[in-house]
Amino acid sequence: MTTEVESILSQAKNKRHLKRQKTIQTFGFILVWVCGVLAVAAVLWIIGYVLSQGLPVINLEFLTTRPAGGVSGEGGMSTTIVTTLYLVILTIVIATPLGLGAAIYLVEYAGDASRESRFIALLVKAARTGVEILAGVPSIIFGLFGFALFVSYMKLGFSLLSAALSGAALVLPTIIRTSEEALLTVPRSYREGSLSLGATKGYTIFNVVLPSALPGIVTGIVLSVGRIISETAIFWVTLGGSYHLPKSIMNSGRTMALHVFMLASETRAFDKAMGTASILIITIILLNLIINFISRRLTARVTGKK
Amino acid sequence: MSIEQNHSKFVVKDLDVQYDDFRALKEVTIDIRANAITSIIGPSGCGKSTFLRAFNRMNDLIPNVSTHGSIQKDGMDICDHDIVELRKSVGMIFQRPNPFPKTIFDNIAYGPRAHGLKSMTDLEEIVERSLRQAALWDEVKDTLHKSALAISGGQQQRLCIARALAVEPDVLLMDEPASALDPIATLKIEELIQNLRKDITIIIVTHNMQQAARASDFTVFFNMDKDRAGYLVEFGETTKVFTTPEKKLTEDYISGRFG
Repeated sequence: MTTEVESILSQAKNKRHLKRQKTIQTFGFILVWVCGVLAVAAVLWIIGYVLSQGLPVINLEFLTTRPAGGVSGEGGMSTTIVTTLYLVILTIVIATPLGLGAAIYLVEYAGDASRESRFIALLVKAARTGVEILAGVPSIIFGLFGFALFVSYMKLGFSLLSAALSGAALVLPTIIRTSEEALLTVPRSYREGSLSLGATKGYTIFNVVLPSALPGIVTGIVLSVGRIISETAIFWVTLGGSYHLPKSIMNSGRTMALHVFMLASETRAFDKAMGTASILIITIILLNLIINFISRRLTARVTGKK
Repeated sequence: MSIEQNHSKFVVKDLDVQYDDFRALKEVTIDIRANAITSIIGPSGCGKSTFLRAFNRMNDLIPNVSTHGSIQKDGMDICDHDIVELRKSVGMIFQRPNPFPKTIFDNIAYGPRAHGLKSMTDLEEIVERSLRQAALWDEVKDTLHKSALAISGGQQQRLCIARALAVEPDVLLMDEPASALDPIATLKIEELIQNLRKDITIIIVTHNMQQAARASDFTVFFNMDKDRAGYLVEFGETTKVFTTPEKKLTEDYISGRFG
């Protein structure tokens, strides 16, 4: 008798427990949903606001005339688009070989070298920690560093070159880390397959490892492009802010983000700041679509699906 | 027996392989005959793969591995061979097919290209010859420029064999080449191995006792001692090892009493 009662009691207890679990589950589910909706809404609100303020100013003339300067903020934004492009290309050209080279060394060679010498092991450890720390340093610090080293000490002045060198320092940790991740995901069996055919380590890296890691590497580079397009402070102190079109890498210039900052802080043309900001946002969105497209295409090629 | 009279391809003397302070192989001494199939059997973890990887010095790639003793190939210590030449002449097939994420053509042409061959006509010839040797030509001749990852697992493994053959090795090391394949694909690989033995010395690690019994000329049986170090128990012609083994341990293993 008692056992029967006990079993009924325990069943009831189980039922209550189950019901409580279900309530918690529903509550959690709602919470997650609300958070998600809020996050998306905030983003949409910002983008919507900027676009609604900015789009009315945008027309072909705005895109193709130079900024006129002065407090009224007359003119368009043509030179800033071109300058942004220049800066992106120059920065990536400087940062990619350095970053990729560092990543290849860290993944493919540092292990062996570290085992052979204590000193190198220590250096490699310092480099890894350095990359970690640099990734978290605020961009204005890179700006100050660039200003002190490139602009004044090396006398490069406010120029595309100073800005690109500083920008390269800024995106280097991103490129190193994404490339490292990408190289680490290449299966060991590819490396062994290549080495077992008598290919040298260098040949293996360039012909099997790097092609397989390409999607990840490209993603890192495109992320860096986005960073260069959107950073402001670092270029304010290294690129200067001239609204003229730079004629050489030694000239000062103004990127789109810098243009937004200057229009908003030094002129009355708040609408044009919003217009430029809209173009900036659209560029970033397009860039993200491009990343997705490229990495999907490359991944498909690497994994052999189509 | 003519095979018994084949000259030695490898002479292994007191081979010891150590991972840090773990001894994986101890005092292995053995002659591997040329142009014959030698199969290596034994329970899991007894150092079969480690032994196999000693022949083309693939163990060197693993950090903290130290090798003692000597392996001579064609009368010369493998450490005195140029590593590129050694690996070119001693091909390796892995447990899981590992084609590169490239086209079928580029996979086969990879080895010759790595050794500096550029002429397209030569490469085409090598690709066709290797694929024919690996009995894969008829299946892929129309899709040479498609990804090698798109073909079946069995085809991929034959592709890997073709890729190894493209650099004209005189030895093929195979590490359980059929363990990831279905029975039909396995049979095809076995057939292929039989056809290759005329020109190539084959050393094959296998878990499959029937495979060792029906497909090989010599059988090596490894076991591990109480410290989990692998050692050689018995070595001889396959028919002898399987029908009248000298050691009790071999008999027990072959009849399925352990392992």
